Amino acid sequence: MFGLHLARIVTVARTDLKQLAQARDFWVPMTLLGSFFFVIIPTILLLTITAIGDIQVVDQISDTLDVLPAAAQSQIPQTTPSGAEVSDAGRTAYALSVFLFAPVAVIVPLTISTAVGAATIVGERERGTGEFLAHSPAGVREIYLGKLIASLVPGYITTVVGFGLYSLIVNLVVGPEVGGWFFPTAQWWVMIGWVLPPFLAICLSLVLRLSAKVRSTAAAQQASGLVSLPLIMIAYSQSTGVLFGAGYLPVVLGAIAWGAALLFLAKGVQSVTRSRLLGVAAGI
Amino acid sequence: MESPSQNPAALVVDVKNVSRSFGDVRALHDLTIQVPKGSITVLLGPNGAGKTTAIRMITGALQPDHGTSSVFGLDPTSNEGEEVRRRCGVVSAKPSLYDRLSGWDNLRYAAELYDLGRGSRADLAIRAAAAKFGIDDALDQEVGGYSTGMKTRLALARSILHDPDLLLLDEPTSGLDPESAVAVLHLIRQMTGDGRTVLMCTHLLLEAEGLADDVVIMQHGTALESGSPGELADRYLPAKHVHIGVTLPDHLASLDAMPGVLSVTVDGVDANVEVRSIDAVPDIVTRLVSAGAMITTVRPFVPNLEDIYFAIRRAKGSTGDELPPPTTPTARPARSRVAEIAR
Repeated sequence: MFGLHLARIVTVARTDLKQLAQARDFWVPMTLLGSFFFVIIPTILLLTITAIGDIQVVDQISDTLDVLPAAAQSQIPQTTPSGAEVSDAGRTAYALSVFLFAPVAVIVPLTISTAVGAATIVGERERGTGEFLAHSPAGVREIYLGKLIASLVPGYITTVVGFGLYSLIVNLVVGPEVGGWFFPTAQWWVMIGWVLPPFLAICLSLVLRLSAKVRSTAAAQQASGLVSLPLIMIAYSQSTGVLFGAGYLPVVLGAIAWGAALLFLAKGVQSVTRSRLLGVAAGI
Repeated sequence: MESPSQNPAALVVDVKNVSRSFGDVRALHDLTIQVPKGSITVLLGPNGAGKTTAIRMITGALQPDHGTSSVFGLDPTSNEGEEVRRRCGVVSAKPSLYDRLSGWDNLRYAAELYDLGRGSRADLAIRAAAAKFGIDDALDQEVGGYSTGMKTRLALARSILHDPDLLLLDEPTSGLDPESAVAVLHLIRQMTGDGRTVLMCTHLLLEAEGLADDVVIMQHGTALESGSPGELADRYLPAKHVHIGVTLPDHLASLDAMPGVLSVTVDGVDANVEVRSIDAVPDIVTRLVSAGAMITTVRPFVPNLEDIYFAIRRAKGSTGDELPPPTTPTARPARSRVAEIAR
């Protein structure tokens, strides 16, 4: 396909992922990061609100729900399916679980994938393994795409697993308050499946370009942090918009993001060259 | 006999007038290398001579600024590069292994990138290559725990995994203990016996001794000279020497006047005799014995690669402290054990 050997792309990606799996010093903190955002914080917050719902703080949070856009407010259930009124605590917990934690689904995968992607090409050079790749029959585009997939997968898998756990927690803790399991909502599906992936791709295309061009992993990680920060902010606002918005807007936003991602990837694929793998390109 | 340069089809590597710079640093300058099929060609030169860059040019990993390179009749810098690289096995100066993967996974990765797939064919190739370099017992271990020698062996195994036609070895015995180095040189010789072509870089003259069919002496990115060690010796060290030892110094007095003798340097009971031809030596010995001499030693001086290398560099104008004084034939050590075994 397009002169590319799919098997080689998969091989590069799989080998990178295998090395990552061996690197406890990487995946332990990343797992903790995912657990913290997807499990620990939501559990504590939602349990606090639903278990002791009549304290002043919860009342104050309930009041802030009034500032949500009308489209978002309309989603918060006033009654359960059986007709019983939903408590303030229940409504607050619902709003928090559906709207407040949107950035979690963005921050975690972008952080993890950025950390992986930043080291991926410069790491080959630093370890000397870039020499092996440069002399191999693998095309530079195949190497690039393999690396891209290897960087994308850990972040996305963390999100999917974290999203699953988060859904379970939300349904177990907040579900009884609103009359049953309700999560994920349609907007969350759109965000996880349609909006988040192109932002990951844009971020990674930039991070991989940096990784190909800088001298050291440390420099790549610092530069990647600067690149990914505005992207996280954009992705956060987009995600919030998707969750608050209605109609086809999220789908359109996702489509635009996909278009941009393809452009960035097309540009990014040129960043990997054999001389860069060898570490002899100008500027390295 | 037709030489490879006259018959390009017999050349596996044909690099012509290649130059390459990195910024202000000129790594290669007008380099020409020809490697005949089935031979071992050794690139000899000090560190920084451009040997590694030359290998990178051959696989197409680097593009030349000027000049052309042809490998198997293909252009490695074009879209034929993939085919060139698939037919090459490379061992770089550092083993280029993935420390977090096991030996098996490292070889598996190479097998897949070189299109051997993941099936039994790849498994067999991995086991055979690992066994050839005696690393098969350690394949389950993480490479990070390997010794330097084990890493080199694994890198060598990886280079032959896909049965390449051309092996490019950059300092292949670097970091190896003498036993392993000998074993590796043995295997390199064996591989040319199997029809492969080998291009090896080294700055260790003893390593190339006895192994090289052809040598290319490199300096500052260019080839000072190339040819077989014998040809180069004839060209740069035409004088033949023999060391003759006797029991009494007086017996050496008549040497000067003997037929075929060009000059004599006497040191006690030993003499360095420069002769027109080594063929004259039996006659000289017979005359000495007839004159009543008791001969203790007759040792023809056969120039080794080190002698040839420095003779060429001197002849090509290398100056300064980097070169040792001209060789004194009797002062030269015996041929190394490594070279003897490799031979």
